[in-house]
Amino acid sequence: MNNSLLVVVLASGVAYGTPILFAALGELLAERSGVLNLGVEGMMLVGAVMGFWTVQRLHTNTGVTLAAAIAVGALAGMAMASIHAFLVITLRASQIVSGLALTIFAGAVGLSSYLGNDLNLADQPANHTFNPVFPTSMQNWPIVGPIVFGQNVLVYASWLLVIGLIFYLGRTRFGLNVRAVGEAPDAADAMGINVTRYRYAHTLAGGALAGIGGATYTLAITPQWVNGITGGAGWIAIALVIFAFWRPEVCLVGAYFFGALQALAPNLQAREISLGPTVLWTNALPYVATIAVLVIVSTSSGRRRLGAPAALGLAYAREER
Amino acid sequence: MVTDGLALSMCGVTKRFPGVLANDRVDFEAAVGEVHALLGENGAGKTTLSHILTGLYRADEGEIRIYGRAVAFTSPRQAIDAGVCMVHQQFRLVQRFTVAENVILGDTRGAGRRLLVNPAVVEDAVRQLGERYGLPVDPRARIWQLSVGEQQRVEILKALYQDAHILILDEPTAVLTPDEAETLFGTLRRMAGEGRTVIFISHKLHEVMAVSDRVTVLRGGRLVGTVRTADASPESLAALMVGREVDAVSRARDERSADAAPALAVEDLWVEGDRGRPAVRGASFSVLPGEIVAVAGVSGNGQRELSEAISGLRPHLRGSVSVAGKALGSGDARAALEAGVRFIPEDRLGTGVAPSLAIAMNLDLRDYRERSSGPFLRLKRMYADAITTISDYQIKTRGPSAPASELSGGNLQKLVLAREFSDRVKVLVAASPTRGLDVAAVRAVHSLLVEAAERGAGVLLVSEDLDEILALNDRILVMYEGELSEVGRDESVAEIGLRLAGRRPGTR
Repeated sequence: MNNSLLVVVLASGVAYGTPILFAALGELLAERSGVLNLGVEGMMLVGAVMGFWTVQRLHTNTGVTLAAAIAVGALAGMAMASIHAFLVITLRASQIVSGLALTIFAGAVGLSSYLGNDLNLADQPANHTFNPVFPTSMQNWPIVGPIVFGQNVLVYASWLLVIGLIFYLGRTRFGLNVRAVGEAPDAADAMGINVTRYRYAHTLAGGALAGIGGATYTLAITPQWVNGITGGAGWIAIALVIFAFWRPEVCLVGAYFFGALQALAPNLQAREISLGPTVLWTNALPYVATIAVLVIVSTSSGRRRLGAPAALGLAYAREER
Repeated sequence: MVTDGLALSMCGVTKRFPGVLANDRVDFEAAVGEVHALLGENGAGKTTLSHILTGLYRADEGEIRIYGRAVAFTSPRQAIDAGVCMVHQQFRLVQRFTVAENVILGDTRGAGRRLLVNPAVVEDAVRQLGERYGLPVDPRARIWQLSVGEQQRVEILKALYQDAHILILDEPTAVLTPDEAETLFGTLRRMAGEGRTVIFISHKLHEVMAVSDRVTVLRGGRLVGTVRTADASPESLAALMVGREVDAVSRARDERSADAAPALAVEDLWVEGDRGRPAVRGASFSVLPGEIVAVAGVSGNGQRELSEAISGLRPHLRGSVSVAGKALGSGDARAALEAGVRFIPEDRLGTGVAPSLAIAMNLDLRDYRERSSGPFLRLKRMYADAITTISDYQIKTRGPSAPASELSGGNLQKLVLAREFSDRVKVLVAASPTRGLDVAAVRAVHSLLVEAAERGAGVLLVSEDLDEILALNDRILVMYEGELSEVGRDESVAEIGLRLAGRRPGTR
């Protein structure tokens, strides 16, 4: 039963969907504060390469090394996000332009690729990887075994994160404030909420989560460094935030849907089931997502209709004379 | 509190912006329990002064005391904590939040201080405050569902919930019907009666006369004087405001025969608004040459769509617009222009001019086709003509090559008017042409409108300012939710006020 196509695809859908989920939740945080960051793909790749570098170079036990790798991946993503934050929050540059520039700068033909070469990370297996947490007996339980108990700790962390974010945004003072900052920064400012600080904090948190998402690839899914390993997942994550109407729980469902789509093609091939050129359309997804994102974020009516934070993409400055 | 009766005192407050001295050694005082009006033309420094009081700006020099204690706010938060709250002209509300969420936002005492917020806990408090001060509003409603008047109530409730002792309102009546304004005045009086201090910023004299105990007049960033309202008259205040006597433009009206061919005829016009719903619903009216027809109404009732449809900037769904008997195509701005329609848009900086282009360029934006030689602009002539226009219309600027964005509101409007005025104007559509202008500029604009009518143009004046409408109109139409109704000659201002709120006279 656990070898049936559905269970296998769902189980690997959860695994493949996890990096997308991390990145999407990060982007969601930034966007809820009003900062659109199209640099997700770049931040993920830098997180992926730096996380991988940590497990290759750090010689401690597996647990510590992996924790450090995730932390380094998060910091790397955060460092990338800080460039964007400085440009769009402090200097009030165009968020679309800055985000695209960040992806080009940090992406598959940029910084991440340079770091991969310079640090000699290519063509070697990871020294430490994330493995399933629960005992094999539990993983063999029918259906829920592989899907729920066959996952690594990052997957469970992402579930906690979804719950945490729902709670944070919906129930806490900080969540209320960040929503206000994303919807009406002038109103927030007038009530003494520090718009700049909130935007920096959430953009940086978004970068950290994108970095973790990237590291998920090199430490768990395909534990090695390959140039452009994220394969456009960053763009899918941005599209996902939009189509999830900026809600964490919908992001989770969407991430697993895209994950399952990615898992479908190899599994169909392995079973010699042919649905036409499946690989073609799953591989085309990131490009479709990119186009969808750019069309939607650059038309204000599209954003409004989908219920985007009202100040998304807009720099804030106190009215000046 | 040991206050010797003073809630607020400012001493020698100076604020400079690059090239502008916005406040020049202002000494301002407000007592406990009074409604104190801050009167002045636009650019007189009223808003800057209030922003210094509320921590949005910092004064360059001077001392501010709140209840006798010296303060130097660096953020709105500190001002709120000291009991100073402000209702801005542009509301500072989160549209997608509920009333309760907006009230709780940034509240650092009570409900908002806890990590977990539950808007339900302030709902009762909001309801009670609303009842006590005559500000009824449903705490669970989302802001975008509320009318502008209700949104203003939320702003005041927010301040009351923060326990504001000093409340500053910046042009609060600009968005209200006369009825709503009356209610607001009642609320402000009650607040003052409880020992709070209300600072009421306005440039409308009759409101200041109606609501305040004392008036402080600012001019050019300086404090000109503080007078007790009881000792003042609108005329004396106007003189203080502009530094000289100003008389309003009024016009002699003569009866016109209705059978003259109308300059503008609108038949059963339907126009779609931005939200996809019809914003103008079956408008029919005509404007005779030499006539000023005023469209009154609270903003957002379809006036913008109506004037844009007539000028060809917005297509119409149904019906027709004709100028001098000739029908214009739907959404054909060039046809409207060639037929002699001139449009003075509400948003003068965004729609009226190209802000970063030179004044000379902006003056020629409409007629450059006739005045260029082939594909080339005749720059020399453009600049020469611009210099003439600048002096004819008394536009204050450093020269024809200054970008239009440098002009103040009044001078910008003069620029737009100068461009739109020409001998061939048959229909002049003016949308809120004096909004935000000072008394002297208002007067200049009014006399230009009258002059256009006297030269035989049909003028359609769309305005929210009832005084302006009463001063200039030949006939008044009231627009409410996309429909127009004509006001009878014998109707009183109160009856017009009812119409503005969507009620027909006699059906209350």
